[in-house]
Amino acid sequence: MRRSVSIAGLAAALVLGALGFGTGQKSHVASAQEKMSMMEVKIDNFTFGPATLTVPLGTTVTWINKDDIPHTVVSTDDSKTLKSKVLDTDEKFSFTFSKAGTYPYFCSIHPKMIGKVIVQ
Amino acid sequence: MSEKKKDELLHDHNRDGVDRRGFLKCMAWAGTGAFCVMKGGVLNSYSLSRISEISTADMMGELSFVQISDSHMGFNKPANPDVAGTLKAAVDKINGLTAAPEFMLHTGDISHLSKPEEFDTVDQILKSARPKDVFYVPGEHDVLNDDGKQFLERYGKGSKGGGWYSFDKKGVHFVGLVNVMNLKAGGLGTLGHEQLEWLEDDVKHLKHSTPIVVFAHIPLWSVYPEWGWGTEDSAQALAYLKKFGSVTVLNGHIHQTMQKVEGNVTFHTAASTAFPQPAPGKADSPGPMKVPAEQLKSVLVITDVNYVQGQHALAVVDSTLA
Repeated sequence: MRRSVSIAGLAAALVLGALGFGTGQKSHVASAQEKMSMMEVKIDNFTFGPATLTVPLGTTVTWINKDDIPHTVVSTDDSKTLKSKVLDTDEKFSFTFSKAGTYPYFCSIHPKMIGKVIVQ
Repeated sequence: MSEKKKDELLHDHNRDGVDRRGFLKCMAWAGTGAFCVMKGGVLNSYSLSRISEISTADMMGELSFVQISDSHMGFNKPANPDVAGTLKAAVDKINGLTAAPEFMLHTGDISHLSKPEEFDTVDQILKSARPKDVFYVPGEHDVLNDDGKQFLERYGKGSKGGGWYSFDKKGVHFVGLVNVMNLKAGGLGTLGHEQLEWLEDDVKHLKHSTPIVVFAHIPLWSVYPEWGWGTEDSAQALAYLKKFGSVTVLNGHIHQTMQKVEGNVTFHTAASTAFPQPAPGKADSPGPMKVPAEQLKSVLVITDVNYVQGQHALAVVDSTLA
């Protein structure tokens, strides 16, 4: 039963996604994802996408590396709130934001790659 | 890309205020290393891929060595699924040299993911090289996850701080620098205050006539800061070397050969033994360039050569490459 529910959920997300892309209204996708409190940042072509991500408190953000070259996700604050292991191709790193604020981060291997998460 | 665009790029990545008088630049990819020979206190560097075109007389000098770089052992993507094979091919070329080099420099990114087995494989392959001594500096791929602890344990014996050191061979002073640690968001390679102080002290006592060879992973000149191809505080390091008549800087990192002359300093970058990267600004990102396998494994293909003879005598040292 649980299985069929989740499949239905996935199907709905896919439909929403298709609608969003079809009409150019990506906000549909974003709002659907926000409800699940999950967001993804894609690392592709030596960039974080989106470079700035705004999420509600409690959201889990997952970074996935789609490059042929390894990258990291490391926040720029002294306490290194975010500090992933090295992510090889297709590897992921997740972090749940339980405090509001702005979290600037970068790839410690390729420091020109920067991004931030704004938690509201 | 038009000629005009090329020129724009050249100017664009030299916004460091350094005098561009005497500018020489050659670009190529898929070399496997460089044969370096010191002749009359001036270092000449030849791509191993074109070594058959160099006369034996040109290969003779006071001291010769080989620079290899960016082996990326562990990389297995389409750009080169056999990085061990291409490193072995480089070693074969080195072993086939008529003028035997005295030692090797590896300018970093020995491994792809800093895994012990990746370092082991490289060590094993390099054991079959005729030159027995190899001097290393780390690339950013060699210091992942542990701030370079493993690298220092393996290759850093007798080095200072984060792995920097110097040594002398036949009157030439070699300096290995580390510019891949403690990188800051939005920044370039960094040497850091402690290392710069050490460098100043290291070269203080040397005669001005001593030829200096500096080697480090990330270029010590602004190749293309937009892709992080430069070092924040390299100007300070070069300032300490101003008094010397002959300074050569050898780097890796950008997986293509480039040369440039600025005053008393000749800059070289070596190709990767693993895979080529695009010329500055000629792709969306500096990711690996996928090329046909037969091109990757065979000879050097010069994709782009720009040669501007400068007014300084050193500007012609690499003319045989053009």
